[in-house]
This record gives sequence, C-alpha cells and structure tokens, in this order.
Amino acid sequence: MSSTEYAVGKREVHKELIRLRVNGETREVYIPAHKTLLEVLREDLNLTGTKHGCELGECGTCTVLVDGEPVLSCLALPIELQDRDILTVEGLAERGLAHPLQVAFAELGAAQCGYCTPGILVAAKSLLDGNPRPTRDEIKEGLAGNLCRCTGYVKILEAVELAARRMTRQ
Amino acid sequence: MGNSEGEYSVIGRPLIKVDAMAKVTGETKFADDLSLPRMLHAKILRSPHPHARILSVDTGPAESLPGVHAVLTGRALPITFGILPVSQDEEALAIERVRYVGDPVAAVAALDEETAEAACRLIRVEYEVLPAVMDLDEALRREDVRIHDYGPRGNIHKEVALTFGDVEEGFAEADYVREDAFFYEGSTHLPMEQHAALAACGADGKLCLWSATQTPHYVHRALAKVLELPASHIRVIAMPNGGAFGGKSDPFSHEIVVCKLSMLTGRPVKICLTREEVFYAHRGRHPVQMWFRTGVTRDGRITAMHFRSYLDGGAYGSYGVASLYYTGALQTVTYQVPRYKFEGVRVFTNKPPCGPKRGHGTPQPRCALEVHLDKIAEHLGLDPYEMRRRHLVPPDSVTVNQLRIGTVGLGECLDRVVERSGWKAKHGKLPFGRGIGLAGSAYISGAGLPIYWNALPHSGVQIKIDRGGGVAVFCGSTDIGQGSDSVLAYVAAEELGIEPEDIRVVTADTDLTPVDLGSYSSRVTLMTGNATIEAGRKLKALLFQVAAEKLGVPADRLRAAHRRIFDRDNPAAGMPFVEAAVLAEARFGTLGAVGSYTPPKGLGKYKGAGVGPTPTYSYSAAAVELTVDPETGFIAVDKVWLAHDVGKAINPILVIGQIEGSVYMALGEALMEEQVFRKGVHKIPSMLEYKSPTFLETPEMESILVETLDPAGPYGAKEVGQGVHLPVVPAVLNAISDAVGVRIDEVPASPEKIAKALENKRRGRAPEAPGNGRLPSVVFPEPVVVQPVGG
Repeated sequence: MSSTEYAVGKREVHKELIRLRVNGETREVYIPAHKTLLEVLREDLNLTGTKHGCELGECGTCTVLVDGEPVLSCLALPIELQDRDILTVEGLAERGLAHPLQVAFAELGAAQCGYCTPGILVAAKSLLDGNPRPTRDEIKEGLAGNLCRCTGYVKILEAVELAARRMTRQ
Repeated sequence: MGNSEGEYSVIGRPLIKVDAMAKVTGETKFADDLSLPRMLHAKILRSPHPHARILSVDTGPAESLPGVHAVLTGRALPITFGILPVSQDEEALAIERVRYVGDPVAAVAALDEETAEAACRLIRVEYEVLPAVMDLDEALRREDVRIHDYGPRGNIHKEVALTFGDVEEGFAEADYVREDAFFYEGSTHLPMEQHAALAACGADGKLCLWSATQTPHYVHRALAKVLELPASHIRVIAMPNGGAFGGKSDPFSHEIVVCKLSMLTGRPVKICLTREEVFYAHRGRHPVQMWFRTGVTRDGRITAMHFRSYLDGGAYGSYGVASLYYTGALQTVTYQVPRYKFEGVRVFTNKPPCGPKRGHGTPQPRCALEVHLDKIAEHLGLDPYEMRRRHLVPPDSVTVNQLRIGTVGLGECLDRVVERSGWKAKHGKLPFGRGIGLAGSAYISGAGLPIYWNALPHSGVQIKIDRGGGVAVFCGSTDIGQGSDSVLAYVAAEELGIEPEDIRVVTADTDLTPVDLGSYSSRVTLMTGNATIEAGRKLKALLFQVAAEKLGVPADRLRAAHRRIFDRDNPAAGMPFVEAAVLAEARFGTLGAVGSYTPPKGLGKYKGAGVGPTPTYSYSAAAVELTVDPETGFIAVDKVWLAHDVGKAINPILVIGQIEGSVYMALGEALMEEQVFRKGVHKIPSMLEYKSPTFLETPEMESILVETLDPAGPYGAKEVGQGVHLPVVPAVLNAISDAVGVRIDEVPASPEKIAKALENKRRGRAPEAPGNGRLPSVVFPEPVVVQPVGG
C-alpha cells in the first residue's frame, strides 16, 4: 500500500492506502494512519449506522464486529484491520431481510431513540453466534459494555431472548 | 368515552413504532450523520476557569492557520438569549466574562475537525481570574462575588415565598408536627448522542439549521433574536434525538455558532460536541437542599405543610425560574394538603447551568416528601400505604394552591403495587438486610402555559389526503425516542380508519410543520393527540359525507376502520378508504385540514401560578424491594413494581418503555449518579467515571397500567414520560430504611453513606445531616398570601 506525508495546519500527517472488508465488500480508502475505524466507517465509507457516544471507549455505542468479535470502532485503527471481516449494523440484514435480532428489537420496543441500538445489535449477534441459547445473566454479561439511557435494558434483554428462541427453532 | 372492546381499531394496540425498522437498521439519520457538499467543521474554545474576566482575545494566529475559514468571538454575537424571557443571560460566546469551566469563548470553522481544534489552541485569551463560587453556601455568603448583575441580591437568581391558607393554624390543629431536611444531588441526562448541529446559509441568505434539539420552535426564536434575521428566513429542523431527557431543550451556543459561521463563510458548517462538552452543556438536575415541616392528625391526615427549597442553579438562568417554582408546585396534588407554604431560592454558582431533567424540579421535593411521609407513618405507627391511601386528593377538585385536578388513579396505583409486590407480607417483616419501600407521585401532562406568554395554540397539526389514499401528518413535535411520531400516526389512523403504516409523518421542521412547542413537560401525546383528533375529524366528516351519499346510509351511522368506511349496523355495506378519498376530492377539492390544541387556562392569578397547571395530572406508585449488604453498604435492587395512571394507553408497548426507562434512570439517581465538582472543575466529565447503571444492575421490573380515561386527554390519555420517574427514588430510600433501619435522607444513597449510617448507628452516634450538614441561612421575603378558591 502506498503512503504519503502531508500537513494539516502545522502538523505532519502520514496517509496510507488501506483495504478494508466491510459487510462483505472490499473497499479501498486513502486515510491518515491515525484515523479511527469509527471515523473511516462514517466519514469515508458513509456507513453512518455506526454511532458514537464518547469516542473514548467508554459507552459501547460504536461497537462493530471484527471477525465476529465485538470491537469498539472508536479505539480501532483500520490500518491494523486490513483483510479482516468487519460487520456493521448495515450488514446485519441479508438481501433486505432483517436479522431476527432487528425484528425482535422493533417488535418489543427495544429501540427507543435508537442511538445505542446498532452497537447493541452487533454485540448481541456476536453473543448469539457463540452461544445460541444464552441465559439472561449471560446476555447481561455479554452486553454489559453497551450503555443505553432510554430503555432501562429490560426490553433489550427480552428482545435478545426472543431472537435467540426464533433462531434456534429454525 | 368508554373503553369497550373493539371501539378502537388502532388505539390501545401494541404496535411497532413507525420508525422502528429505520432505527434497527441504522437508517435513521441523527444530526451528526448529516453532511453536505463543501461542509466545514466547527470547534468551540471553552473557558478553563470557573470564573474570570476576559481581558483580550487574539485570533490572529488561528485565522492564519491553513484550512481555517472563520474564527468567531463573542463580539460578533452581542445579543443575549436564554430559554425563559425572564433570564436572557447567555451569550453565544462569552464577551467579557466566563462563568464556568466549559463556558464557550470562541469558535472556528475549518476544513476538518482536527484543523478547527488546532486553530482553537492558537487562540490566545487573556483572563483575569475571579474568585469562584462553587456551591450553595458560598453563593449565599459571597455577596461580594456576583456572577450576574441581575437578581434580587448577591448571587440569588430568584426567590419565592407563597402561602396558601394559614399554616400556623394547621400546625396548631395537628397531633404531630415533624420537620426533616433532605439533599438531592445534581445529575446529568447523559443522552447517548452527543449534541450536534449543522447549519447551511443558502445563496438566498436564508438559513437552515438541523439540530439534535427537543424544542425546534424555541431554537427558531433564539436564532432570530441573536442573528437578527427575520424568523421567516430561518428554518430549524429537529433531527431524531439520540436521547434527550430534557438536556436538549434549551437553545445552545453551538447552534447559534454554526449558523453564524455558515453566514460568514457561505458554506455549511457542522459541529458535534465531545462527550466532555456535553457534560458542560448540562442543564441537568439541580442539586437541591430541602426542608419540610408537616402537621398531621393521629390518622395521618395532613393539616398543614411548609416546604423550603434551595437550588444550586449553576452559571446561567436556563429554565431555572420554572425549576424553582416546580420544586414547590406539586406537593398538593397527591394527598390532601389544606394549608401550604412554599419558600424557595435559586442561586447562581460557577458551574454548568442546571435546567430540566426528566421530572423537572419535581423529583427532588417528591423524593423528600415521600420519605418525610414514611417517617411520619412510622412515628404514628401507621402502615405507610394505608396512610397515603386514606388521604388522597379527590378527583375533579381544586388544591389549596389552585391547581385543578382531573381523574385520580393514585389510589388504584398504590393498591396495585401493594398487591403485586406482596407489601403486606413484606414491609417490616423481611430479614435484616432486605427491605421494601413504597411511594406515590403525580406529574403534569404538559405545562398549562407556554415558555413565552402568548395566546397561540401549543400544538398544531395539519393532515393531507391525496387521491391515492396517501395520508401525511405534519406536526412540529420532535421524536426524542419516546415515540411521538408514532403517536401522531396512531391517532390519525384511528380517526381516518386506516393503518399507521399507511401514514407518512413529517415532523419538527419549522418550514413545513405547524408549531408544536416541543418535547418537554410531558406535553406531546396529550397536546398533539388532541390537535390530530381535531384535524382528523374534520377530514373524516368530509369522507363520511360523500360515503353516506354513495352508500345511502346516514353519515352518523358510518364508521372508519381497517381502511374502510362502512355502516356500523351493516359492516358489509361500505367502501374502501381510497374510494372515499377520491369521491371527497372530486367534491371538495384538495383534501387537507388543520387542528390545534390550547390547554385550559389555570385558575391561579398569583405570580408563579403559571407553573403547575396542566390539562390533567398523571399518577404513579412504586414499590421497590432491595438487599443491602450491611458491611459494604452496597445495594442490589431485586425488583421494582411500578403502577401508572396513564389515563389511556395509546400503545402499551410505548407506555411500558417509558416506565422501564424511567425506573432505570431513577435508580441511577437514587444509587449512583452525581454531577459533582472539585476545585472549580467537573470531577468526572466522562461516561466511564460518571457512574450510571448497566445491564448488570438491571433489576426485575413489573409495569402496571391503570387507565382512568381522563376527559382532557386524547381517548383519555395522560402523560407517561416523566411522572413514572418520581416515586422510584423515594421508594428506594424507604426500602433502605426497611432493610437496615437507617434513614438516608440524601440522593444518591451511595454505599459509603449507608455504611457510614450503619456505623453511626452501631456506635450510638447521631446520624449525619443530609447535604453539607445544615440548611443555608436565607431570609425569605414576606410571603405572598394567596386565598384559596372554592371547588
């Protein structure tokens, strides 16, 4: 990959051409090496479904999956994630068909303002992929890094349980 | 209106929200998700001092930084603003004085955020540091350090003294008079979405602002004032809010700044506050010291009540005058209070301004009152439930402070949580370390008065029907996650007899939608609901007129439901909604109608009577069962039962969502959340350090809906967004007492306070006084004497 130096203000900036695989699509971006995955997803790839609440790794809002594992995109550098599988909320539905988690969240009112929802959905997907029949405590543990201020968490727990039931029935 | 099965086709059904799929797919655009061609990014330079005079601002080096397009200081925006007409004390950027760490001083628009940030660092501000006033006591003591040059004296922003009836007579009549002091710490909203705004000044000189705001109408007014533009040349669009809870209901510096920067550069300008800046924007719960003196008869009937509140307001007025009045307004609307006296004061301090957070000014006194009543019951040897139950305000009555009561579901709420929680078998009977507590409460379903005095409707709705059967509902209301867009669709669908998914909702756009005052004071369902009913019924009358002729059925026998208009007595005789729409358009021309809603006038004429009236009060009761570890003081909440008189549940899923969210937020305040400062600086401006409950602290919750079908509400509905927060906090404090026998008269009831209280008790020491240990000494003005009105 090629790289250059240039100046923003009075600072030298190192840029790199980076290849990212996001939601199954390979995309090339030419970005400052220090730019976070969150910024690249939102600003360079226009995937604004991934939100941010602190940009310091404290709230879980910007969670995406990298090779199936939850990662805080505000702390991740794309340069370290080349050729890994990155999944954002936009990649949850397949061919326009919503993921069972998305359906359950909508049905039960687990998304109120909807701002923490994308991060929680992908974290929950990772949880269910590894543990298709989690107990309520396991769900709490699995999502404990994601804050929500609207729902009081109860409907989210119920929605994950509902989705798990529907997914294991298939 | 009754509530018989099948009367409604949409209302009362557990439907998904109209925007639910957009929210779970990431499709919903929040303010920071927007971007426009040629967009610049803005950053704000903020004061590092809690209190200082600005001697000079040198923007030269910042302006010459490559990539910088404009640098703005307060001199360019000299007109002050503020949400309340009585406290227009904010500057978009400070001109001569900064009043808290984080007060905006200058702003930059640049090609990217990093350049704007770098430019901010190049702005040289020379300050003369002034003594800072950091708490209530200091604010009252240091009359020499005045934060603002308005207000009655020193740092007093506002003081109130009102008396309704002769309280001394009431105390003389009492068998028992009790005094208690309380302290309720400040907390912040902590919405997951950081505030963001995008402004674009077009080639025609007209301005558009997209913002994460709950009150686009009030932002619109503030922009017109500060930018000196005709309101007609400004368009404000409130984007869906990523959580708000009252924290996005003031007009903010950053909104004005991006507008001005866009006007200066001719390019769109966006800003997104950092999480640290969100803590500075604040407008959250006021820290309040309180004192209650209540006289009761042997059976717990209140004979008189005297209440004092002392609010630490932070650096600016914000909603503070209203917050202060609210601390004293609603004590009378739950249990009968025949004589009442209220004295209160709000002071300025050098901290981020406080304002409205869920419950606005009422969680603090409600918490104190419900604990105070619990102590009274304990002293009298009465069951706290029985005592409350016996002395409820009667429906359709008027309180001593002239508030008009509608339906009252409080008794049923108390009954239901007592029954469901097994209160009678548990209260005072659980083993040491485990306890159960109870509380009741009430809240407004929308403020009876607007924020600025006017005779205009509070909510307007416009509905248009096209010949394809498409229905669009236009309303200024703002969806902050509570589901107000969905409520518009449900009500319009009910009235027109179609399904919510057939409706397109256009909201919160000052160019396109009739004014709704905003998503605050729990006003939206009641007010927009009533306005939508009015507009919907006008259109329904047109549809019925043409359908009646075509079907040969009298119009008053028609019903609209399930996308058909049909004969109530012979449902097979009918026509599709679309056909009626075509017939009606052919007959009457383009189909559209408007509806509006203005709340009934309050009864009170005294100064301050504007705070408290509402079309109807909601009522709630909570029971909380918890376990206290007597060694560490750590609390695990086992279960919360919450019953709420919602009047009529328009959609039970949304109602329960508000209940659970409120229970959660109230538990955060009761147990851990605090916005505190050290040496002039916010101690914890991060989400990691500002402790809030996570999935792991989520207790079991049981929501119980009580429907009283209030005539003031749409289909009988009342509010649910805020009132349900109120009883939870005192129920926690009462449960702690039941569990371990110590009273924590302070919020949050953190483990160290509980451990300390238990230690004091073990060693036979007196309990710690709440707050800083004593009530501030304030000489209140002579009270305004208000004569009670007849029922």
